[in-house]
Amino acid sequence: MGGLAYNWNDYVLALPITLLALFSIGILLIDLMIPPETKWANAVTALIGVVFSAAGVYKIQLMLDQRHSAGTIGMMRTVIMDRFALYFFYLFLAGTAVAILMSIRYMKDEHENHGEYYALMLLSVIGMMCMAAGGDIVLIFIGLELMAISTYVLVGFLRRDRRSNEAALKYLLLGAFSSGIFAYGLSLFYGLTGHTNLIDINRELTRILAHEPHNPVAIIALLTTITGLLFKIAAIPFHQWAPDAYEGAPTSITGFMSVAVKAAGWAMLLRILLWGLYPMRTIWVPMLVFVSIATMTGANFAALTQTNTKRLLAYSSIAHVGYMLLGMVAGSATEFSIDGLKGILVYLLVYTFMNLGAFGVITSLRHRNVIGDELDDLNGLYARAPVEAVLMLIFLLSLAGIPPLAGFWGKYFIFFSLIESGHYALAALGVLYSVFGLYYYLKMANAMFMSQPEGGRLPVSWSMRIALAVTGFATVFIGIMPEKFIDIVNWTLGMPQGATTARLFVR
Amino acid sequence: MESMLHITTLHYLVLGAALFLLGVIGVLTRRNVVIVLMSIELILNAVNLNLIAFSRMWGGLHGQVFAIFVITDAAAEAAVGLGILIAFFRNKETVNIDEVNLLKW
Repeated sequence: MGGLAYNWNDYVLALPITLLALFSIGILLIDLMIPPETKWANAVTALIGVVFSAAGVYKIQLMLDQRHSAGTIGMMRTVIMDRFALYFFYLFLAGTAVAILMSIRYMKDEHENHGEYYALMLLSVIGMMCMAAGGDIVLIFIGLELMAISTYVLVGFLRRDRRSNEAALKYLLLGAFSSGIFAYGLSLFYGLTGHTNLIDINRELTRILAHEPHNPVAIIALLTTITGLLFKIAAIPFHQWAPDAYEGAPTSITGFMSVAVKAAGWAMLLRILLWGLYPMRTIWVPMLVFVSIATMTGANFAALTQTNTKRLLAYSSIAHVGYMLLGMVAGSATEFSIDGLKGILVYLLVYTFMNLGAFGVITSLRHRNVIGDELDDLNGLYARAPVEAVLMLIFLLSLAGIPPLAGFWGKYFIFFSLIESGHYALAALGVLYSVFGLYYYLKMANAMFMSQPEGGRLPVSWSMRIALAVTGFATVFIGIMPEKFIDIVNWTLGMPQGATTARLFVR
Repeated sequence: MESMLHITTLHYLVLGAALFLLGVIGVLTRRNVVIVLMSIELILNAVNLNLIAFSRMWGGLHGQVFAIFVITDAAAEAAVGLGILIAFFRNKETVNIDEVNLLKW
């Protein structure tokens, strides 16, 4: 079984992570040497790091293609590098690149333009990659903590701002608490099965549950583990940190958290529930049904009364988690529906672009003495910055799931998978809440187009324009021509091109 | 007499579960941020105790390696936590969780 030494294969698998680590250390060093006026060089270095890392991911993809294999296991079986992991790697890197572009001007305006900011972003991406490619609960836990601790600091990066301090403190306390509960659950699974490897845990659990379907230790372990997982994706009733952390964090980091960090949480949830704890599916599906309904209901109602745009979008992103959780529920009593997983992956892809775009527009409202995160700050945006206002409208309609924009396809595949597997009531509920959500998205649109403008033209930096162009283009393009992107997801899941259904993927 | 002195895995698990519950109760009821952070450490130590006990039970090293990582993680979390708390204290002069009330719906 490979022995204890790493071989060439392992080093290739670690390439994206190694490159990111090198670049983040490089940024810390370069930051010391450059004068305050040229701090943008840190952002450029970070972007180059992201591009190099993406090239590393591509290299792994080529290696897998050459061997005609869907995935490989390396680093003493702790890393599962399959297409699922590669898909998430690309997603994290795309989200991070856009978030970096959004940050350059914003952090300068906040007078907190330090190199550590970008270094921490890259470090948290390393954590995300460990979560997505983790085949061992130890690696997944370490990845989670690396991501979480970096993000705590990023949330509190505006250290002179009380809201930022407070958000970081709340996020840290609840995040660390949930990690503790999560680790307790993992320790019980180790005790129950004697393994830390997800595939071994799966095998042993199948054996144990065949003997004793309701093993009490397994149930307690599942409860604590799933609590930790749901905390990280901010599902109700474990969501309380999210609106606070999103509101207080620097807006660019809010965008980063709502897409990359959330996608990583999802990658971890899917890895653990589908690879490791799949034998307990009959127990976790009812839990997820309950959590999903609670999440959609609570988040959509809470979003109605918000006056702060960041907080409103925080509740909207919690509601999106509720829809995505429905994808986990899809399937028959005995087998998970691959269409549900496909729906989740499509949803995460479109969500990354549309949500980052929306946060990008809000980030660009910050200038001089205006914080720009209240709903009133959007007033008359169409007169102040027509292009941004139209883009924002596109993002908002896409978030609401209006065809032919990208957001529609995410919801389409999730609800489709539910109907396919006979969960009509849940599908109807999901559609109902999507319509419901239109109200608060249009409230924002109303402020932009119908209200009187305050203040003159909005200056938008070049990097922000690039970020908005990329996200706007992706939102519209995926909406109009989804086939290409659906095929990427089909490729990820090993489905034939153009397929709508397929059997369970290769483990 | 012999059997009374024998400490089994179960004993460690009960101690671990007790520590875990104490930690959870501490996080949920205490109002001082420093004590909340200490309660979180208690939870992580319950995890360590579990891992070490299980590691001994199964006779492998995985649990001990995991425990070392958890200890490292606890240290990093405490360092960042206290750093954030100091930044917060500088602006607000309090460590009481009830006064962390700027952000709410």
